[in-house]
Amino acid sequence: MNRLGYIILYLCLGVVAVFQILPIIWLFLFSLKGNREIFAGSPFALPKEWKWENYLKVWEGGIGTYFFNSVWITVVAIVFTSLFASMATFAITRMQWKFNKFVLGLFMVGLMIPIHSSIIPLFSMFLNVGLIDNPWSIVITYTGYNLPITMMILLGFYYTLPREIEEAAVIDGCSIHRMFFRIILPMTTPVLSTIVIINMIYNWNEFVFVNTFISSDKYKTLTVGIQNFIGQYMTDWGAIGATLVISLLPILIAFIFFSNKVVEGISSSAVKG
Amino acid sequence: MNKVMSNKWMIAIYILPALLLVGILIFIPLILTAYYGLMDWNGIGAMEFIGLENYINAIQDKNFWDSALHSFLLAIFSTLSLAIYLAVSMILASKIKGADFLRKIYLIPMLLSSVAIAQLWIKVFNPTNGILNRILLFFGVEKPPIWLANPDIVLYAIFIPILWQYAGFYILIYYAALKNIPNSLIEAAKIDGASPIQIAYKIKLPLIMGVVKVTIVLAIVGSLKYFDLIYVMTGGGPNGASEVMASYMYKLAFSTNDFGYGSAIGFLLLIITLIVTVIIRRLTANDEEVQY
Repeated sequence: MNRLGYIILYLCLGVVAVFQILPIIWLFLFSLKGNREIFAGSPFALPKEWKWENYLKVWEGGIGTYFFNSVWITVVAIVFTSLFASMATFAITRMQWKFNKFVLGLFMVGLMIPIHSSIIPLFSMFLNVGLIDNPWSIVITYTGYNLPITMMILLGFYYTLPREIEEAAVIDGCSIHRMFFRIILPMTTPVLSTIVIINMIYNWNEFVFVNTFISSDKYKTLTVGIQNFIGQYMTDWGAIGATLVISLLPILIAFIFFSNKVVEGISSSAVKG
Repeated sequence: MNKVMSNKWMIAIYILPALLLVGILIFIPLILTAYYGLMDWNGIGAMEFIGLENYINAIQDKNFWDSALHSFLLAIFSTLSLAIYLAVSMILASKIKGADFLRKIYLIPMLLSSVAIAQLWIKVFNPTNGILNRILLFFGVEKPPIWLANPDIVLYAIFIPILWQYAGFYILIYYAALKNIPNSLIEAAKIDGASPIQIAYKIKLPLIMGVVKVTIVLAIVGSLKYFDLIYVMTGGGPNGASEVMASYMYKLAFSTNDFGYGSAIGFLLLIITLIVTVIIRRLTANDEEVQY
């Protein structure tokens, strides 16, 4: 291709890159500015004085609680989802029974259900068993709703494992539990890490369930918590910017370190659907 | 071997935790939604059976149809935007240096929560200080619009962050599919004198048609379920101009405490989503698998 052609192509790609990244850079810049500078100065100028105290202010305002809630809820739900999805996928793909295709079908139907169609009964079910305003309702919900997609990513991997592994294990007198926990599960590490990343992105960013099931401030997660904060700092753009940056930082850091896993996870969870 | 691997107890132990969770959290609520739709109920007090009244009201409810129309408009926008994503992926996949890096840059918005995206774009759309209007003013637009407060344009305005949020996702999928096309096919076409445009349109596009069809389903079904961003950004306003099906349902149940009516709308949302999914799958069904 000629030179002009390449310039045009790069120009197109560059415009898209700017569109994708500019709002985030702008957000980062105004999170470090005072209101006067935000309202009067050029939007893309570096801050004249870097107001890190914006971050200190929102951190002392109590964002730490939300942050901590997000961390533990995300982690516990990921552990449950990965474990239960691996066990179920193991039973469906490796063990021999009549209805395995039917049960697999049930899980896959779960992929098509919009959460909004089941949130009202979920709310009343949790209300009846006293789980409203209890963070465990969130953990359970995240685990259940992420199971179908997680199993879908796992399926392909489990189908490719050679049968000889189990044969050898059985001949050596290995029990099912030992076989699963000591042999099969460790072998799925590559796909497990993809699953962890995908679940992390889902759980960390989830909004509707927390917004519906949790009412006390002390149990709210970051996505819902930042809503309160932003209401509270209505006109203080610097503080709002800092709040948003804090909420997206963990995912961005994870992305920088594990971008290949993220890319892999997103594409495998999408295309197979 | 077979005896061990078909031990009923073991199978039950391995399958039940997942099956119970999905059953209790996804399937039972679905049945209950249809059932609650037959009730007059505020969520706490006694339920009163009223038959199909909620469903009949919903079918005659102008607000519901308006919200459905908005959802379908979003679905159309999303489907059209796939063309842009596809074009960008075509460029990206044509042996451009730095393609991997660019692809990752494009993906960043996809990682953020809809709440953070909504809050960020409220600021972007701010009439006096948002970057959007600052840029428009810079280019000499004298009266830039009040994006989110104008009922005539709010839905189009909301579509910009949606376009922004999902760009990386679809570009990633198309890019992966394009990279799977064997190079020999492209080389052969080049030798036959095909132009880059012809190669893109006549060779690459048909080869990735299966993936394109999947993304059409994803885009349409995803739009029908769209909720978080709109709920946070406009709350369905001004005056219902950006209400979608899910936000309307949510408002009925959790703001006005009309759980029975909300459930009826929730069930209709499910039915509409399923019907649309089946229709598009039929329309886009693969006549034949692509063979390289």
